[in-house]
Amino acid sequence: MLVIKDLHAKVGDRKVLDGLNLEVPAGEVHAIMGPNGSGKSTLAYTLAGRPGYEVTAGSVSYQGRDLLALAPEERAQAGLFLGFQYPVEIPGVNNVYLLKAALNAARKHRGEAEVDAFEFLTLVREKMKVMQMDEAFLSRGVNEGFSGGEKKRNEILQMLVLEPSLALLDETDSGLDIDALKVVANGVNTLRSPTRAIVLVTHYQRLLDYIQPDRVHVLARGRIIRSGGPELARELEARGYDWVLNEAA
Amino acid sequence: MSQNAEIQNAEIHDVIGRGYQHGFVTDIESESLPPGLDEDVVRAISRIKREPAFLTEWRLRAFRHWKTLSEPVWAHVHVNPIDYQDISYYSAPKTKKDGPKSLEEVDPKLLETYEKLGVPLHERARLAGVAVDAVFDSVSVATTFKDRLEKAGVIFCPFSDAVQRHPELLEQHLGSVVPYTDNFYACLNSAVFSDGSFVYIPKGVRCPMELSTYFRINAAKTGQFERTLIVADEGSHVSYLEGCTAPMRDENQLHAAVVELIAMADAQIKYSTVQNWYPGDENGVGGIYNFVTKRGECRGRNSRISWTQVETGSAITWKYPSCVLRGDNSVGEFYSVALANHRQQADTGTKMIHIGANTRSTIVSKGISAGRGQNTYRGLVKILPTATGARNFTQCDSLLMGAGCGAHTFPYVEVKNPSATVEHEASTSRISEDQLFYCLQRGISEEDAVNMIVNGFCKSVFKELPMEFAVEAQNLLAVSLEGSVG
Repeated sequence: MLVIKDLHAKVGDRKVLDGLNLEVPAGEVHAIMGPNGSGKSTLAYTLAGRPGYEVTAGSVSYQGRDLLALAPEERAQAGLFLGFQYPVEIPGVNNVYLLKAALNAARKHRGEAEVDAFEFLTLVREKMKVMQMDEAFLSRGVNEGFSGGEKKRNEILQMLVLEPSLALLDETDSGLDIDALKVVANGVNTLRSPTRAIVLVTHYQRLLDYIQPDRVHVLARGRIIRSGGPELARELEARGYDWVLNEAA
Repeated sequence: MSQNAEIQNAEIHDVIGRGYQHGFVTDIESESLPPGLDEDVVRAISRIKREPAFLTEWRLRAFRHWKTLSEPVWAHVHVNPIDYQDISYYSAPKTKKDGPKSLEEVDPKLLETYEKLGVPLHERARLAGVAVDAVFDSVSVATTFKDRLEKAGVIFCPFSDAVQRHPELLEQHLGSVVPYTDNFYACLNSAVFSDGSFVYIPKGVRCPMELSTYFRINAAKTGQFERTLIVADEGSHVSYLEGCTAPMRDENQLHAAVVELIAMADAQIKYSTVQNWYPGDENGVGGIYNFVTKRGECRGRNSRISWTQVETGSAITWKYPSCVLRGDNSVGEFYSVALANHRQQADTGTKMIHIGANTRSTIVSKGISAGRGQNTYRGLVKILPTATGARNFTQCDSLLMGAGCGAHTFPYVEVKNPSATVEHEASTSRISEDQLFYCLQRGISEEDAVNMIVNGFCKSVFKELPMEFAVEAQNLLAVSLEGSVG
């Protein structure tokens, strides 16, 4: 699904990714952990093609295609989804309107017809139930006046509707209370499938109690310095990052 | 970061680079007065229109007054000097001497023009519920749905027809809201106005359909000076929409209209404008000078006048649709979206003059500046000593796209009654890269994303437009955002 080789990237003049290698096969959930400022969010943004995140070396293959050659919207249309750490508010633009435009863009890319309005609303309502979201959400502006938790739920709702092949979730657990965390985790789990890959970028072990990862990677100083199974996350939780950093140094 | 942003901006420039879509010229025989302006020209216009003496005299008084005036210079716009002797003050499609009596007699080329503009004049093809008066250069060419309106007692006709058929109504109301002494352009209009629309809604009548006037400037070197007068008698109700387009020409053309609205007790007038005059090209060559005086008077108690405008066209827009709130408990509203792209200049806003007790006004202004456009909100809220308990709420938001444009806000407030409440909110923002990237990441193209964000910004104004035109306004905005940046 995703093969990253020797990726170097900079933001402005600052080098952030420094020879990162990572492979995420279809059907797996990988967690990327690491201390603050290690490059986790940069990795997510770089993969999504955010302007200002410049790749200076290396390659990224997504479903056998050169991901870096695609424009951000093409990456999205090809099934790459980024769940934002801080979803932005877009005043006056209706949630459902944006979501429908997004779904239709993906469908158009696949050569399918636009979604029927009634069918679409039925789909959104069904996914809203999974995310335990209120009906009033339908008439609100994109993230407009949402609490932190609502914004994160909205990200996952969008993901459930768009059904991406590769989901990158950037600190989706931050700012959630325990009940919201369970709802979000449940939402992510419903998307698990043999044809899909999910990458969780997270700071804490907490999320991984509810979404069992297949692999856990530690990202520090712009590269993956250690990989392991779910037990690695628990070890990090117990011992912190210093020992890994020291061992890798 | 900035380099990437520039690349992105260039992309937006490309995808949104669609041009003005109404820039065609209709090849039609017209009769024009030669360029120039003196008392003889004023008399000639009045004679062509077979006007009664009171009107000829009124025009002449206006003309004599106009000669004592000079152009206003206070607006935040740069105007190329206008040679008023180089303008033709009357141009009419050549038709049978007495003008078309029905749609069948209208020149097919004219009908075609309106079809191209998306304003089919054939009643059967028309959206149900909208009656249209079409003004081509200086004259009204067709009014639809006359019969149905007449049954309701509603008068909706070209101004020149009203001069013949309802001179008493005109004599009573013409210039009663905007006197010819009001300002330079209104005064010029009073002297040389050629046509326009007249509406009278009798007591207690709710107009059975939306009324609409479509203005089109076609001939070169002509000015368009139309006059609209709407009188809503006690307890009546009317919704009115005007649309405007013009061909692409290299010289600036002057459009100096006057609109007067009169709402008697318990009457309501909703006046919506979708203004899409030719804005000039990317370098600011050509385009319409849109110098318009629009004012409504809430003359009776509990009356209401609501202005909604979407201003995307014109090289220069200078207009301040205003409300004189004379009747107690009367309500004035102004909802505006003004866009200035390329070298367009917009100086627009409103005046709310509170005279009656417990009068209320609401102002919502959304200015969008892109390219090297300059957008100015200029508003006056005036509370007179008699306006006990008056309230105003003003909200002015500006959206900037790119570094070369400007947004300016000049809110004037004069309060002479201590019981009044006046609130003002203002904001200036840009389309953020965060918003744009969020949409891109959801697979939405830059073009669609920018349109979506701008439309979201304008939402509170668009929802005031009649349904049929809200969609048109959104599309128009998309087309007008040529070369805008993120």
